[in-house]
Amino acid sequence: MIRFSGVSKTYPNGVQGLRDVSFHIPKGQFVFLTGHSGAGKSSILSLIIAEQQPTFGEVRVSGYQCGKLSANEVPRLRRKLGIVFQDFRLLEYRTIEENVAFALEVTGAPRQAIPSRVIRVLTRVGLASKAKAYPKELSGGEQQRVAIARALVNDPPILIADEPTGNLDERATRGIFQLLQQINGGGTVVVMATHNLALVRDTGYRVIELKGGEVVFDSGQDTPAAGPA
Amino acid sequence: MRLTTPLGEALKTFRRAPLLSGLSVATIGFSLFTIGLFGLVALNFRQTLRTLAERVEVVAFVLRGTPTETITAASQDIQAFPEVLEVQYVSEEQALSRAREELVEFKEAYRDLETNPLPASLEIRLKEGFRDAGSAQGVAERIRGFAFIDDVRYGRDWVQRLDRLRTMAAVVGLVIGLAFAIVAMVIIGVTIRMTVLQRAHEIAIMRLVGATNRYIRGPFLLEGGIKGVLGGLLAVLMCWITFAVFRSTAGELGGSLVFFHAAHLGLIVLFGLGIGLLGSLLSVGRHLRHV
Repeated sequence: MIRFSGVSKTYPNGVQGLRDVSFHIPKGQFVFLTGHSGAGKSSILSLIIAEQQPTFGEVRVSGYQCGKLSANEVPRLRRKLGIVFQDFRLLEYRTIEENVAFALEVTGAPRQAIPSRVIRVLTRVGLASKAKAYPKELSGGEQQRVAIARALVNDPPILIADEPTGNLDERATRGIFQLLQQINGGGTVVVMATHNLALVRDTGYRVIELKGGEVVFDSGQDTPAAGPA
Repeated sequence: MRLTTPLGEALKTFRRAPLLSGLSVATIGFSLFTIGLFGLVALNFRQTLRTLAERVEVVAFVLRGTPTETITAASQDIQAFPEVLEVQYVSEEQALSRAREELVEFKEAYRDLETNPLPASLEIRLKEGFRDAGSAQGVAERIRGFAFIDDVRYGRDWVQRLDRLRTMAAVVGLVIGLAFAIVAMVIIGVTIRMTVLQRAHEIAIMRLVGATNRYIRGPFLLEGGIKGVLGGLLAVLMCWITFAVFRSTAGELGGSLVFFHAAHLGLIVLFGLGIGLLGSLLSVGRHLRHV
Protein backbone atom coordinates (compact mmCIF):
# COMPACT_ATOMS: atom_id res chain seq x y z
CA MET A 1 0.00 0.00 0.00
CA ILE A 2 2.79 2.42 0.96
CA ARG A 3 6.37 2.05 -0.17
CA PHE A 4 9.30 4.39 0.48
CA SER A 5 12.44 3.55 -1.52
CA GLY A 6 15.62 5.46 -0.67
CA VAL A 7 13.68 8.65 0.07
CA SER A 8 15.48 11.85 1.03
CA LYS A 9 13.85 15.20 1.53
CA THR A 10 15.70 18.49 1.71
CA TYR A 11 13.58 21.60 2.25
CA PRO A 12 14.23 24.87 0.37
CA ASN A 13 15.81 26.37 3.54
CA GLY A 14 18.44 23.59 3.48
CA VAL A 15 16.99 21.55 6.35
CA GLN A 16 17.27 17.82 5.69
CA GLY A 17 13.91 16.31 6.67
CA LEU A 18 14.62 12.72 5.63
CA ARG A 19 17.75 10.74 4.69
CA ASP A 20 17.56 7.59 2.63
CA VAL A 21 14.35 6.26 4.16
CA SER A 22 12.99 2.92 2.94
CA PHE A 23 10.07 0.87 4.23
CA HIS A 24 7.00 -0.91 2.98
CA ILE A 25 3.60 -0.91 4.68
CA PRO A 26 1.38 -3.70 3.38
CA LYS A 27 -2.41 -3.86 3.34
CA GLY A 28 -4.14 -3.95 6.72
CA GLN A 29 -1.14 -2.94 8.85
CA PHE A 30 -1.18 -0.54 11.84
CA VAL A 31 2.09 1.37 12.01
CA PHE A 32 3.38 3.82 14.57
CA LEU A 33 5.84 6.46 13.42
CA THR A 34 7.74 7.59 16.49
CA GLY A 35 10.56 9.97 17.26
CA HIS A 36 11.19 13.38 18.77
CA SER A 37 9.96 16.60 17.20
CA GLY A 38 11.86 17.20 13.99
CA ALA A 39 12.80 13.51 13.65
CA GLY A 40 10.99 13.31 10.29
CA LYS A 41 7.55 11.91 11.18
CA SER A 42 5.63 14.79 9.62
CA SER A 43 7.94 14.77 6.58
CA ILE A 44 6.97 11.15 5.93
CA LEU A 45 3.27 11.92 6.29
CA SER A 46 3.45 14.99 4.06
CA LEU A 47 5.16 12.87 1.38
CA ILE A 48 2.43 10.22 1.66
CA ILE A 49 -0.35 12.79 1.18
CA ALA A 50 1.62 14.44 -1.65
CA GLU A 51 1.90 17.74 0.18
CA GLN A 52 5.64 17.58 -0.53
CA GLN A 53 7.73 15.81 -3.14
CA PRO A 54 10.81 13.74 -2.32
CA THR A 55 14.17 15.24 -3.26
CA PHE A 56 15.50 11.75 -4.00
CA GLY A 57 13.93 8.34 -4.05
CA GLU A 58 10.42 7.13 -4.71
CA VAL A 59 7.19 7.23 -2.69
CA ARG A 60 4.36 4.96 -3.85
CA VAL A 61 0.93 5.08 -2.23
CA SER A 62 -2.02 3.01 -3.46
CA GLY A 63 -0.41 2.67 -6.86
CA TYR A 64 0.35 6.41 -7.20
CA GLN A 65 3.92 7.61 -7.50
CA CYS A 66 3.61 10.60 -5.16
CA GLY A 67 6.62 12.56 -6.42
CA LYS A 68 5.33 12.70 -9.97
CA LEU A 69 1.65 13.49 -9.57
CA SER A 70 0.02 16.10 -11.78
CA ALA A 71 -2.20 18.76 -10.19
CA ASN A 72 -5.25 16.71 -11.20
CA GLU A 73 -3.97 13.48 -9.69
CA VAL A 74 -3.28 14.86 -6.19
CA PRO A 75 -7.02 15.11 -5.31
CA ARG A 76 -7.54 11.57 -6.64
CA LEU A 77 -4.81 10.23 -4.36
CA ARG A 78 -6.21 12.13 -1.36
CA ARG A 79 -9.64 10.58 -1.87
CA LYS A 80 -7.96 7.24 -1.18
CA LEU A 81 -6.54 8.58 2.08
CA GLY A 82 -8.20 9.59 5.29
CA ILE A 83 -6.16 12.29 7.00
CA VAL A 84 -6.36 13.31 10.65
CA PHE A 85 -4.33 16.06 12.32
CA GLN A 86 -3.50 17.01 15.87
CA ASP A 87 -5.42 20.29 15.52
CA PHE A 88 -8.57 18.57 14.11
CA ARG A 89 -8.95 21.09 11.24
CA LEU A 90 -12.73 21.32 11.37
CA LEU A 91 -14.78 24.12 9.86
CA GLU A 92 -16.16 26.03 12.82
CA TYR A 93 -19.22 27.46 11.13
CA ARG A 94 -20.46 24.06 9.97
CA THR A 95 -22.23 21.52 12.14
CA ILE A 96 -20.62 18.17 12.79
CA GLU A 97 -22.67 16.43 10.11
CA GLU A 98 -21.92 19.23 7.64
CA ASN A 99 -18.21 18.92 8.35
CA VAL A 100 -18.35 15.22 7.55
CA ALA A 101 -20.68 15.66 4.56
CA PHE A 102 -18.27 18.27 3.17
CA ALA A 103 -15.67 15.54 2.52
CA LEU A 104 -18.23 13.66 0.42
CA GLU A 105 -19.50 16.76 -1.38
CA VAL A 106 -16.09 17.85 -2.61
CA THR A 107 -15.48 14.43 -4.13
CA GLY A 108 -18.73 14.61 -6.07
CA ALA A 109 -20.53 11.78 -4.22
CA PRO A 110 -24.24 11.36 -5.16
CA ARG A 111 -26.08 13.93 -3.05
CA GLN A 112 -28.96 11.68 -2.07
CA ALA A 113 -26.53 9.14 -0.58
CA ILE A 114 -24.66 11.69 1.55
CA PRO A 115 -26.96 11.97 4.65
CA SER A 116 -27.13 8.22 5.27
CA ARG A 117 -23.38 7.78 4.84
CA VAL A 118 -22.72 10.68 7.23
CA ILE A 119 -25.00 9.28 9.92
CA ARG A 120 -23.46 5.82 9.52
CA VAL A 121 -19.92 7.10 10.03
CA LEU A 122 -20.94 9.37 12.93
CA THR A 123 -22.55 6.35 14.58
CA ARG A 124 -19.32 4.44 14.07
CA VAL A 125 -17.31 7.09 15.95
CA GLY A 126 -20.03 7.40 18.62
CA LEU A 127 -21.21 10.92 17.77
CA ALA A 128 -24.55 10.39 16.01
CA SER A 129 -26.34 12.24 18.83
CA LYS A 130 -24.21 15.34 18.28
CA ALA A 131 -24.68 15.60 14.53
CA LYS A 132 -26.29 19.04 14.77
CA ALA A 133 -23.72 20.49 17.19
CA TYR A 134 -20.91 22.83 16.16
CA PRO A 135 -17.24 21.91 16.74
CA LYS A 136 -16.85 24.49 19.52
CA GLU A 137 -19.60 22.75 21.49
CA LEU A 138 -17.58 19.50 21.62
CA SER A 139 -14.62 18.38 23.73
CA GLY A 140 -11.18 17.87 22.16
CA GLY A 141 -11.66 14.10 22.02
CA GLU A 142 -15.04 14.49 20.37
CA GLN A 143 -13.65 16.95 17.83
CA GLN A 144 -10.95 14.44 16.95
CA ARG A 145 -13.64 11.79 16.49
CA VAL A 146 -15.38 14.13 14.04
CA ALA A 147 -12.09 14.53 12.18
CA ILE A 148 -11.75 10.75 12.07
CA ALA A 149 -15.35 10.42 10.85
CA ARG A 150 -14.59 12.90 8.09
CA ALA A 151 -11.46 10.94 7.19
CA LEU A 152 -13.41 7.68 7.07
CA VAL A 153 -16.54 8.77 5.26
CA ASN A 154 -15.01 8.07 1.83
CA ASP A 155 -14.02 4.54 2.93
CA PRO A 156 -10.32 5.10 2.31
CA PRO A 157 -7.97 2.10 2.34
CA ILE A 158 -5.39 4.16 4.27
CA LEU A 159 -5.79 6.41 7.31
CA ILE A 160 -3.00 8.85 8.08
CA ALA A 161 -3.01 10.32 11.57
CA ASP A 162 -0.48 12.99 12.54
CA GLU A 163 -0.27 13.16 16.36
CA PRO A 164 -4.05 12.62 16.63
CA THR A 165 -3.87 12.44 20.44
CA GLY A 166 -1.36 15.26 20.89
CA ASN A 167 -3.98 17.70 22.23
CA LEU A 168 -5.98 15.19 24.25
CA ASP A 169 -6.02 14.01 27.86
CA GLU A 170 -5.26 10.44 28.82
CA ARG A 171 -8.84 9.20 28.68
CA ALA A 172 -9.61 10.81 25.32
CA THR A 173 -6.30 9.49 24.00
CA ARG A 174 -7.30 5.93 24.89
CA GLY A 175 -10.69 6.44 23.26
CA ILE A 176 -9.20 7.70 20.01
CA PHE A 177 -6.63 4.92 19.97
CA GLN A 178 -9.33 2.29 20.44
CA LEU A 179 -11.26 3.83 17.59
CA LEU A 180 -8.20 3.67 15.33
CA GLN A 181 -7.71 0.03 16.33
CA GLN A 182 -11.31 -0.74 15.35
CA ILE A 183 -10.80 0.99 12.01
CA ASN A 184 -7.65 -1.04 11.42
CA GLY A 185 -9.60 -4.17 12.38
CA GLY A 186 -11.79 -3.50 9.34
CA GLY A 187 -8.76 -3.78 7.06
CA THR A 188 -7.77 -0.12 6.79
CA VAL A 189 -4.06 0.67 6.92
CA VAL A 190 -3.44 3.09 9.80
CA VAL A 191 -0.24 5.13 9.92
CA MET A 192 -0.06 7.09 13.14
CA ALA A 193 2.70 9.51 14.03
CA THR A 194 3.08 9.97 17.76
CA HIS A 195 5.64 10.72 20.44
CA ASN A 196 3.45 9.13 23.10
CA LEU A 197 5.57 6.07 23.85
CA ALA A 198 3.19 4.88 26.55
CA LEU A 199 0.60 4.42 23.85
CA VAL A 200 2.96 2.53 21.57
CA ARG A 201 4.29 0.19 24.23
CA ASP A 202 2.78 -3.31 24.43
CA THR A 203 0.39 -2.84 21.53
CA GLY A 204 2.29 -5.25 19.31
CA TYR A 205 1.86 -2.99 16.31
CA ARG A 206 4.72 -2.19 14.01
CA VAL A 207 6.88 0.74 15.14
CA ILE A 208 9.09 2.78 12.83
CA GLU A 209 11.32 5.06 14.88
CA LEU A 210 12.97 8.06 13.31
CA LYS A 211 15.90 10.19 14.42
CA GLY A 212 17.44 13.07 12.49
CA GLY A 213 15.46 12.09 9.40
CA GLU A 214 16.67 8.46 9.39
CA VAL A 215 14.91 5.24 10.30
CA VAL A 216 16.77 4.00 13.39
CA PHE A 217 14.39 1.19 14.29
CA ASP A 218 11.70 -0.75 12.44
CA SER A 219 10.00 -3.53 14.37
CA GLY A 220 8.35 -5.03 11.36
CA GLN A 221 10.60 -4.60 8.36
CA ASP A 222 9.39 -6.74 5.50
CA THR A 223 6.85 -8.45 7.72
CA PRO A 224 3.35 -9.09 6.39
CA ALA A 225 0.26 -7.37 7.77
CA ALA A 226 0.26 -7.72 11.50
CA GLY A 227 -2.48 -7.19 14.04
CA PRO A 228 -1.99 -6.88 17.78
CA ALA A 229 0.08 -9.61 19.35
CA MET B 1 -28.84 18.20 6.56
CA ARG B 2 -27.93 21.20 4.45
CA LEU B 3 -25.66 20.26 1.59
CA THR B 4 -23.66 22.95 -0.11
CA THR B 5 -23.79 24.34 -3.64
CA PRO B 6 -21.22 26.71 -5.16
CA LEU B 7 -23.79 29.54 -5.20
CA GLY B 8 -24.89 28.75 -1.63
CA GLU B 9 -21.26 28.79 -0.52
CA ALA B 10 -20.63 32.09 -2.29
CA LEU B 11 -23.68 33.69 -0.65
CA LYS B 12 -22.81 32.29 2.76
CA THR B 13 -19.58 34.30 2.72
CA PHE B 14 -21.63 37.48 2.93
CA ARG B 15 -23.32 36.18 6.06
CA ARG B 16 -20.19 34.82 7.66
CA ALA B 17 -17.98 37.81 7.05
CA PRO B 18 -20.34 40.73 6.47
CA LEU B 19 -17.74 43.39 7.27
CA LEU B 20 -15.08 42.07 4.91
CA SER B 21 -17.66 41.38 2.22
CA GLY B 22 -19.11 44.87 2.63
CA LEU B 23 -15.63 46.35 2.46
CA SER B 24 -14.88 44.42 -0.72
CA VAL B 25 -18.08 45.64 -2.37
CA ALA B 26 -17.41 49.21 -1.18
CA THR B 27 -13.82 49.08 -2.47
CA ILE B 28 -14.93 47.84 -5.86
CA GLY B 29 -17.77 50.39 -5.80
CA PHE B 30 -15.54 53.36 -4.95
CA SER B 31 -12.86 52.29 -7.42
CA LEU B 32 -15.40 52.03 -10.21
CA PHE B 33 -17.00 55.28 -9.02
CA THR B 34 -13.66 57.05 -9.55
CA ILE B 35 -13.50 55.66 -13.06
CA GLY B 36 -17.16 56.53 -13.56
CA LEU B 37 -16.63 60.13 -12.43
CA PHE B 38 -13.70 60.46 -14.77
CA GLY B 39 -15.85 58.96 -17.50
CA LEU B 40 -18.58 61.53 -16.79
CA VAL B 41 -16.10 64.41 -17.04
CA ALA B 42 -14.69 62.94 -20.25
CA LEU B 43 -18.17 62.41 -21.66
CA ASN B 44 -19.22 65.99 -20.98
CA PHE B 45 -15.95 67.36 -22.28
CA ARG B 46 -16.37 65.36 -25.48
CA GLN B 47 -19.94 66.58 -25.75
CA THR B 48 -18.72 70.19 -25.44
CA LEU B 49 -16.08 69.61 -28.10
CA ARG B 50 -18.71 68.08 -30.36
CA THR B 51 -20.94 71.13 -29.91
CA LEU B 52 -17.98 73.36 -30.73
CA ALA B 53 -17.13 71.25 -33.75
CA GLU B 54 -20.65 71.72 -35.12
CA ARG B 55 -19.59 75.29 -35.81
CA VAL B 56 -16.88 74.16 -38.20
CA GLU B 57 -18.13 75.54 -41.50
CA VAL B 58 -16.68 76.28 -44.92
CA VAL B 59 -17.98 79.53 -46.42
CA ALA B 60 -17.53 80.08 -50.17
CA PHE B 61 -18.15 83.62 -51.42
CA VAL B 62 -19.76 83.83 -54.85
CA LEU B 63 -18.67 86.35 -57.53
CA ARG B 64 -21.25 89.00 -58.22
CA GLY B 65 -23.49 88.35 -61.18
CA THR B 66 -23.24 84.57 -61.08
CA PRO B 67 -26.50 83.11 -62.42
CA THR B 68 -28.65 81.36 -59.82
CA GLU B 69 -28.83 78.19 -61.96
CA THR B 70 -25.02 77.88 -61.89
CA ILE B 71 -25.01 78.24 -58.11
CA THR B 72 -27.82 75.70 -57.68
CA ALA B 73 -26.04 73.16 -59.87
CA ALA B 74 -22.75 73.70 -58.00
CA SER B 75 -24.57 73.39 -54.66
CA GLN B 76 -25.80 69.97 -55.71
CA ASP B 77 -22.27 68.96 -56.71
CA ILE B 78 -20.88 70.13 -53.36
CA GLN B 79 -23.69 68.41 -51.49
CA ALA B 80 -22.48 65.15 -53.06
CA PHE B 81 -19.00 65.49 -51.44
CA PRO B 82 -18.63 62.70 -48.87
CA GLU B 83 -17.63 65.21 -46.16
CA VAL B 84 -20.56 67.54 -46.68
CA LEU B 85 -23.64 67.46 -44.50
CA GLU B 86 -25.50 70.48 -45.83
CA VAL B 87 -25.05 73.33 -48.30
CA GLN B 88 -26.98 76.53 -47.77
CA TYR B 89 -27.09 79.36 -50.28
CA VAL B 90 -27.14 82.82 -48.72
CA SER B 91 -28.05 85.51 -51.23
CA GLU B 92 -26.65 89.06 -51.08
CA GLU B 93 -29.93 90.32 -49.60
CA GLN B 94 -30.04 87.58 -46.98
CA ALA B 95 -26.42 88.36 -46.06
CA LEU B 96 -27.31 92.02 -45.56
CA SER B 97 -30.38 91.41 -43.47
CA ARG B 98 -28.47 88.89 -41.36
CA ALA B 99 -25.67 91.44 -40.85
CA ARG B 100 -28.21 94.01 -39.76
CA GLU B 101 -29.63 91.60 -37.22
CA GLU B 102 -26.39 90.23 -35.90
CA LEU B 103 -24.10 93.24 -35.98
CA VAL B 104 -26.24 95.67 -34.02
CA GLU B 105 -23.45 98.20 -33.55
CA PHE B 106 -23.18 98.65 -37.34
CA LYS B 107 -26.96 98.80 -37.77
CA GLU B 108 -26.87 102.51 -38.76
CA ALA B 109 -24.08 101.98 -41.25
CA TYR B 110 -25.90 99.11 -42.96
CA ARG B 111 -29.21 101.05 -43.05
CA ASP B 112 -27.76 104.00 -44.97
CA LEU B 113 -26.13 101.91 -47.68
CA GLU B 114 -27.10 102.61 -51.26
CA THR B 115 -25.61 99.45 -52.66
CA ASN B 116 -25.20 96.09 -50.90
CA PRO B 117 -21.46 95.46 -50.28
CA LEU B 118 -21.96 91.90 -49.06
CA PRO B 119 -21.45 89.01 -51.50
CA ALA B 120 -23.68 85.96 -51.80
CA SER B 121 -22.21 82.79 -50.32
CA LEU B 122 -22.53 79.06 -49.92
CA GLU B 123 -22.36 77.93 -46.30
CA ILE B 124 -21.20 74.34 -46.13
CA ARG B 125 -21.57 72.30 -42.94
CA LEU B 126 -19.51 69.16 -42.57
CA LYS B 127 -20.57 65.74 -41.39
CA GLU B 128 -19.45 64.51 -37.96
CA GLY B 129 -16.06 62.92 -38.26
CA PHE B 130 -15.00 65.45 -40.95
CA ARG B 131 -15.07 68.53 -38.72
CA ASP B 132 -11.31 68.84 -38.58
CA ALA B 133 -8.73 71.07 -40.22
CA GLY B 134 -7.67 68.51 -42.84
CA SER B 135 -11.18 67.78 -44.10
CA ALA B 136 -12.20 71.44 -44.03
CA GLN B 137 -9.13 72.36 -46.04
CA GLY B 138 -9.78 69.55 -48.55
CA VAL B 139 -13.35 70.71 -49.11
CA ALA B 140 -12.18 74.34 -49.36
CA GLU B 141 -9.59 73.42 -52.00
CA ARG B 142 -12.13 71.62 -54.14
CA ILE B 143 -14.65 74.47 -53.89
CA ARG B 144 -11.97 76.93 -54.97
CA GLY B 145 -11.93 75.02 -58.27
CA PHE B 146 -15.37 76.39 -59.19
CA ALA B 147 -14.91 79.41 -61.47
CA PHE B 148 -17.62 81.51 -59.85
CA ILE B 149 -16.12 81.25 -56.37
CA ASP B 150 -14.32 84.41 -55.27
CA ASP B 151 -12.92 83.26 -51.93
CA VAL B 152 -13.26 80.40 -49.42
CA ARG B 153 -12.92 80.73 -45.64
CA TYR B 154 -13.12 78.12 -42.89
CA GLY B 155 -11.42 79.71 -39.88
CA ARG B 156 -8.25 77.68 -40.28
CA ASP B 157 -6.56 78.70 -37.02
CA TRP B 158 -9.65 78.06 -34.99
CA VAL B 159 -10.25 74.62 -36.48
CA GLN B 160 -6.60 73.69 -35.98
CA ARG B 161 -6.83 74.71 -32.31
CA LEU B 162 -9.94 72.60 -31.95
CA ASP B 163 -8.06 69.67 -33.49
CA ARG B 164 -5.20 70.07 -31.02
CA LEU B 165 -7.63 70.26 -28.12
CA ARG B 166 -9.37 67.11 -29.29
CA THR B 167 -6.10 65.16 -29.62
CA MET B 168 -4.91 66.38 -26.23
CA ALA B 169 -8.22 65.44 -24.60
CA ALA B 170 -8.08 61.96 -26.14
CA VAL B 171 -4.48 61.33 -25.00
CA VAL B 172 -4.98 62.75 -21.50
CA GLY B 173 -8.28 60.87 -21.21
CA LEU B 174 -6.71 57.60 -22.25
CA VAL B 175 -3.72 57.95 -19.92
CA ILE B 176 -5.71 59.07 -16.87
CA GLY B 177 -8.48 56.57 -17.59
CA LEU B 178 -5.96 53.73 -17.85
CA ALA B 179 -4.20 54.86 -14.68
CA PHE B 180 -7.52 54.94 -12.80
CA ALA B 181 -8.44 51.52 -14.16
CA ILE B 182 -5.07 50.02 -13.14
CA VAL B 183 -5.26 51.54 -9.64
CA ALA B 184 -8.81 50.23 -9.30
CA MET B 185 -7.75 46.76 -10.41
CA VAL B 186 -4.85 46.69 -7.94
CA ILE B 187 -7.06 47.81 -5.04
CA ILE B 188 -9.78 45.34 -5.96
CA GLY B 189 -7.20 42.56 -6.40
CA VAL B 190 -5.81 43.21 -2.91
CA THR B 191 -9.31 43.19 -1.42
CA ILE B 192 -10.18 39.88 -3.05
CA ARG B 193 -6.84 38.44 -1.96
CA MET B 194 -7.79 39.34 1.62
CA THR B 195 -10.99 37.29 1.36
CA VAL B 196 -9.02 34.37 -0.05
CA LEU B 197 -6.49 34.56 2.79
CA GLN B 198 -9.34 34.80 5.29
CA ARG B 199 -10.54 31.43 3.99
CA ALA B 200 -7.10 29.83 3.65
CA HIS B 201 -7.97 27.38 6.45
CA GLU B 202 -11.06 26.24 4.58
CA ILE B 203 -9.15 25.91 1.31
CA ALA B 204 -6.51 23.79 3.07
CA ILE B 205 -9.22 21.46 4.42
CA MET B 206 -10.86 21.23 1.00
CA ARG B 207 -7.57 20.14 -0.52
CA LEU B 208 -6.97 17.69 2.27
CA VAL B 209 -10.22 15.86 1.64
CA GLY B 210 -9.53 15.65 -2.07
CA ALA B 211 -11.30 18.66 -3.60
CA THR B 212 -10.07 19.53 -7.07
CA ASN B 213 -8.79 23.05 -7.75
CA ARG B 214 -11.79 23.57 -10.01
CA TYR B 215 -14.18 22.72 -7.18
CA ILE B 216 -12.37 25.11 -4.83
CA ARG B 217 -12.37 27.93 -7.36
CA GLY B 218 -16.12 27.72 -8.07
CA PRO B 219 -17.53 29.51 -5.00
CA PHE B 220 -14.70 32.08 -5.05
CA LEU B 221 -15.41 32.97 -8.65
CA LEU B 222 -19.11 33.34 -7.92
CA GLU B 223 -18.37 35.39 -4.82
CA GLY B 224 -15.99 37.64 -6.79
CA GLY B 225 -18.56 38.01 -9.57
CA ILE B 226 -21.36 38.91 -7.15
CA LYS B 227 -19.15 41.42 -5.35
CA GLY B 228 -18.09 42.90 -8.69
CA VAL B 229 -21.69 43.34 -9.85
CA LEU B 230 -22.75 44.84 -6.49
CA GLY B 231 -19.72 47.15 -6.59
CA GLY B 232 -20.63 48.15 -10.15
CA LEU B 233 -24.22 48.93 -9.14
CA LEU B 234 -22.96 50.93 -6.16
CA ALA B 235 -20.65 52.88 -8.49
CA VAL B 236 -23.55 53.62 -10.88
CA LEU B 237 -25.69 54.82 -7.97
CA MET B 238 -22.90 57.07 -6.64
CA CYS B 239 -22.24 58.49 -10.11
CA TRP B 240 -25.92 59.28 -10.53
CA ILE B 241 -26.20 60.95 -7.11
CA THR B 242 -23.05 63.00 -7.74
CA PHE B 243 -24.31 63.99 -11.17
CA ALA B 244 -27.76 64.96 -9.83
CA VAL B 245 -26.25 67.03 -7.01
CA PHE B 246 -23.78 68.74 -9.34
CA ARG B 247 -26.44 69.50 -11.95
CA SER B 248 -28.81 71.01 -9.42
CA THR B 249 -26.09 73.26 -7.98
CA ALA B 250 -24.38 74.22 -11.25
CA GLY B 251 -27.17 76.58 -12.33
CA GLU B 252 -27.33 77.30 -16.07
CA LEU B 253 -24.35 75.07 -16.83
CA GLY B 254 -26.14 72.13 -15.22
CA GLY B 255 -28.75 72.02 -17.97
CA SER B 256 -26.20 71.26 -20.65
CA LEU B 257 -24.59 68.39 -18.73
CA VAL B 258 -25.15 64.85 -19.97
CA PHE B 259 -25.24 61.58 -18.00
CA PHE B 260 -24.22 58.09 -19.13
CA HIS B 261 -26.41 56.13 -21.55
CA ALA B 262 -27.81 52.81 -20.36
CA ALA B 263 -25.06 51.07 -22.36
CA HIS B 264 -22.37 52.97 -20.44
CA LEU B 265 -23.99 52.02 -17.12
CA GLY B 266 -24.15 48.41 -18.22
CA LEU B 267 -20.48 48.64 -19.11
CA ILE B 268 -19.58 49.84 -15.57
CA VAL B 269 -21.47 46.91 -14.01
CA LEU B 270 -19.93 44.52 -16.55
CA PHE B 271 -16.49 45.92 -15.75
CA GLY B 272 -17.22 45.26 -12.06
CA LEU B 273 -18.24 41.70 -12.88
CA GLY B 274 -15.13 41.16 -15.00
CA ILE B 275 -12.80 42.62 -12.41
CA GLY B 276 -14.46 40.55 -9.64
CA LEU B 277 -14.12 37.33 -11.61
CA LEU B 278 -10.57 38.02 -12.79
CA GLY B 279 -9.43 39.18 -9.34
CA SER B 280 -10.84 36.02 -7.74
CA LEU B 281 -9.41 33.75 -10.40
CA LEU B 282 -5.93 35.23 -10.02
CA SER B 283 -6.02 35.35 -6.21
CA VAL B 284 -7.32 31.80 -5.74
CA GLY B 285 -5.04 30.48 -8.49
CA ARG B 286 -2.04 32.09 -6.84
CA HIS B 287 -3.06 30.76 -3.46
CA LEU B 288 -3.61 27.23 -4.79
CA ARG B 289 -0.20 27.23 -6.40
CA HIS B 290 1.45 28.11 -3.10
CA VAL B 291 -0.31 25.75 -0.67
